[in-house]
Amino acid sequence: MVQTMMKNENNIKINVQSSQNVGEEITATNEKNTVFGTNNFNLWYGEHHALKEINLDIKENDVTAIIGPSGCGKSTYIKALNRMVELVPIVKTNGEINYRGRNIFDANYQVEELRTHVGMVFQKPNPFPKSIYDNIAYGPRIHGIKNKKVLDEIVEKSLRGAAIWDEVKDRLNQNAYGLSGGQQQRICIARCLAIEPDVILMDEPTSALDPISTLKVEELVQELKGNYSIVIVTHNMQQAARISDKTAFFLNGEVVEFDNTDKIFSTPRDQRTEDYISGRFG
Amino acid sequence: MSRERFQAEMQSVQKDFLKLCDQSIDRLEESFSALIKKDIDTAQDIVKRDAEINRFEEGINDRVILLLTRQQPVATDLRRMVVLLKAASDMERVGDYAVNIAKETIRIGNEPFITSVELLEDMCLKATQMLRQIVDAFVEENTTKAKEIAELDDQVDEMYGNMIKQLMQLSSLKPESVPQITNLAFICRYIERCADLATNIAEYLLYLKKGQRFDLNN
Repeated sequence: MVQTMMKNENNIKINVQSSQNVGEEITATNEKNTVFGTNNFNLWYGEHHALKEINLDIKENDVTAIIGPSGCGKSTYIKALNRMVELVPIVKTNGEINYRGRNIFDANYQVEELRTHVGMVFQKPNPFPKSIYDNIAYGPRIHGIKNKKVLDEIVEKSLRGAAIWDEVKDRLNQNAYGLSGGQQQRICIARCLAIEPDVILMDEPTSALDPISTLKVEELVQELKGNYSIVIVTHNMQQAARISDKTAFFLNGEVVEFDNTDKIFSTPRDQRTEDYISGRFG
Repeated sequence: MSRERFQAEMQSVQKDFLKLCDQSIDRLEESFSALIKKDIDTAQDIVKRDAEINRFEEGINDRVILLLTRQQPVATDLRRMVVLLKAASDMERVGDYAVNIAKETIRIGNEPFITSVELLEDMCLKATQMLRQIVDAFVEENTTKAKEIAELDDQVDEMYGNMIKQLMQLSSLKPESVPQITNLAFICRYIERCADLATNIAEYLLYLKKGQRFDLNN
């Protein structure tokens, strides 16, 4: 409930911002709101300069794909968006990543607050060793929701949102480990939805899944983008082309090209992008 | 994904495409030469061999579809495949026009031409020159050569207009020759269409290189 209120507050703020833009170029009227604005962002792992002068805007209700060869900084970037990179002790950053206009690296920005807005799904499904129900109810319980009826509603809504309700509704009390890899990943997505985030970060969410489960997760991403902004790191070029609206190509810690996915996969501006998406390196 | 294999396969399909181009253009020249020489036997032979070029084009289509399925190319590689399919289809059509001209030649038979066919010969020469030039441009992926094709096409269009005007005037002067006038008008149209197809392929080449569509026919 708290999150819903916070989301509404954000919406109000966004509307105000939109009204300020009236009178700008016509092309700007269809411009979506920026969820994450990255400005001249740099990140070092010790001496290694892993992200260099990143400037990237993640827009509301877009699926933004991050592509690039191993070690290019794409996972580092996505982990910077919810400050998970801080778990690495030798990390140093400068520049800004603004979530809804506020720099997430400000000293007084509570990481817990950020992560209620920004959920994450990982490469390997990582359900808790608990029942399906408890996996989903875990987040809301932490946020103080104890009423069984409210929790039941959240669990059902989240499982429906992750397109897995029909498969698990009759065995909610069974251990989530008993599900297939594809089902476990959708449970993790449902767990993420249960706290009503604003943004969902996905780090290679289908790389450990079979083709049918991959397809289900891809379809789910398409459905979810109506209500959430999604950032997805993927090694699968076809997946990026299929499901994303915008694509950023990272190489050696830099953003080589960021554009509409259709443009990136048909007529990229930079030869390095063309070479990478055509499989000539990477 | 083995890109070396993809490149090798693509080059091999491109070689097949060039063979298709050679066969179709040779067939057009052969067919026109049969018309001028009133060589009915050669004309009949061209009609009989129609299926060869069709089969060749189908073979290219199958190989391109297999490459798309196996390698799922994107950007320029994908456009190259799509352009190859379209250009192969247009070159096969040139082969069809060669057959159509041969059929008209058979219909005219040994009758003497009722008018000078010099303009028609010039037209055919220009059209085949355009087709050869676009094949060269295709091999080199040379967009400058591709753009020059449009200028040649304007010349062919002008010749076509003049030739049709000449034939229409004749039809009122020699109404008994209307069947041959019709045959020659059709031939004229087929040659003009061959030049248009060369221009189409020039447009595909520009699309391949620039990722944008260009209309060179207007």
